[in-house]
Amino acid sequence: MTEYEFFIDPSRCIGCEACKQACTECDTHRGRSMIHLEFVDRAVSTQTSPVVCMHCEDPTCARVCPADAIKQTDDGIVQSSIRDRCIGCSNCVLACPFGVPHYVAAIDQMVKCDMCYDRTSIGRKPMCATVCPSQALFYGTREELERLRSETPVNDFRFGNQRVRTKVHLMSSPGADDMDVDVMRFMAGAEPDVRIEELAVWTEDSVAARS
Amino acid sequence: MSASSRTANRYFDPRAFRIGAAAAGLVLLMIVVGSSGLDHFDWALTTYAVASVFAAFSVVYRYAVWAGRPPTRMYLRRGWQAFRSGRGRSGRGARLGIGALGGNAARLGRLLLNNFVLQTFINRRSVERWIMHAGLSWGGMLAFGITFPLVFGWVHFETLATDAEVYRVFVFGFPVDQFHVGSFRGQLFFNLLNISALLVLLGLALSVKLRMHDGGELAVQTFADDVFPLLLLLAVTVTGLMLTVSAKLLSGYGFAFIGLSHAASVIALLLYLPFGKLFHIVQRPLSLGVAFYRHAGENSPRASCMRCGEDFASGAHVADMKEVLDQLGLDYRFETGSGIVHYQDVCPACRRRIVTLNQGAALGR
Repeated sequence: MTEYEFFIDPSRCIGCEACKQACTECDTHRGRSMIHLEFVDRAVSTQTSPVVCMHCEDPTCARVCPADAIKQTDDGIVQSSIRDRCIGCSNCVLACPFGVPHYVAAIDQMVKCDMCYDRTSIGRKPMCATVCPSQALFYGTREELERLRSETPVNDFRFGNQRVRTKVHLMSSPGADDMDVDVMRFMAGAEPDVRIEELAVWTEDSVAARS
Repeated sequence: MSASSRTANRYFDPRAFRIGAAAAGLVLLMIVVGSSGLDHFDWALTTYAVASVFAAFSVVYRYAVWAGRPPTRMYLRRGWQAFRSGRGRSGRGARLGIGALGGNAARLGRLLLNNFVLQTFINRRSVERWIMHAGLSWGGMLAFGITFPLVFGWVHFETLATDAEVYRVFVFGFPVDQFHVGSFRGQLFFNLLNISALLVLLGLALSVKLRMHDGGELAVQTFADDVFPLLLLLAVTVTGLMLTVSAKLLSGYGFAFIGLSHAASVIALLLYLPFGKLFHIVQRPLSLGVAFYRHAGENSPRASCMRCGEDFASGAHVADMKEVLDQLGLDYRFETGSGIVHYQDVCPACRRRIVTLNQGAALGR
């Protein structure tokens, strides 16, 4: 059976919101978008980022759920909360290192991306990847990806002392094995001009690193 | 120690076993005391009573294991503390000078009415889903409310010595009421289980419709968690109604077999309670603690994101999450030049941005 995988490249995102709209069409999402699409820092950049669940191998959201309402299927998909169990405490919202779960007050329940389980569980693509015009959200085989991209997908992240491995991959620099998330580098000051200066600094760093 | 015995020990919780055994013992004691030393115990219902004792053990065992998990334990403790302290008490209760516990007791009453009796939060999902759940839960609660006191010998009936058509109702051995078998009240009492069965049947019918046509349900439901408990409920309901049909319409044809089937299905349902989705009946009250905890958090110091400065949660919640993460062995601390930074101090929106910024930096974009 063909092995499809999900690859995310936020740097390709053009902020068209097609993914958000398509996400609402999924049967398991019931008219609600599970994708966070937002400007990374609107004051200094037009960069947007589509955030879907990374489906951690050992999901922190499920570990901190007091109601045992978040389950992982055998194929590694971390499901949205089980409706009759979720008590709407928002532990998962606070704990997820990728900032994925939403708390919806109207139904007093957490909802999150389940990689369109009604579709992916029967071999179809998730809605967002189907419509993404820039392929920032790409669902396909590893061979297809390697043919199209020069970047390397990583699914091994380090958040400080915590290592997190995920089912979904993030595109990173060629040859990268993992991503050591740097929090202080992007702990920008409150003022936009300070952020602009910092942005310039890390852009120069990046250019220097590439050359 | 062999690998297999290590695995077995991982799944066996001696503390939960002791609590479960104590619960089973308590049910046994309540049966003996409530039935006046088994004087009023109906021995024809022994299998139901034995199953109830086993169910008490297994449900409480599972509950104790679940309640021992760090996040659950934290919510149980914090919810109770928030309820008792009345932290964040505001509005009419505070103005009227009602004590913290009194104000929170009134709030608890409202929560119980809205979330457990009326179940209004389900209505917000869809009216059909609310009718389904109301039928299942009200029917189920009514049936359990009648069955357990009868099975445990807490309630029994006697006919008057002078008139066999008049029933006297005894609760814990004390006479509390009497009625004529042909009266409306008599017919209502005798048919309460049938009424509860019809309510459950309505809920089951809507549930089957939902589970056969809703693509979302079809994708995520599992046989063990979602379908089998419904099949058990269906078996209990249908065999229960068939007892009445056999007695009233078929001159008792097949009554003994139907009675045996009914007992088997009820026992299976009781014993399956800890395994499938019906366990949420005992898990769900934790949401009451969450309501008090959240209310207290709204009126206490808030947590601001160390990156964007936005208020994103209560300070107490963030502090508790750090503790829970430590208890779970998850360490999201960053050792930086300016000291230790905990990822819990960064709001979820900024975490999303930080991952994107890291990716952009890695790609040099």
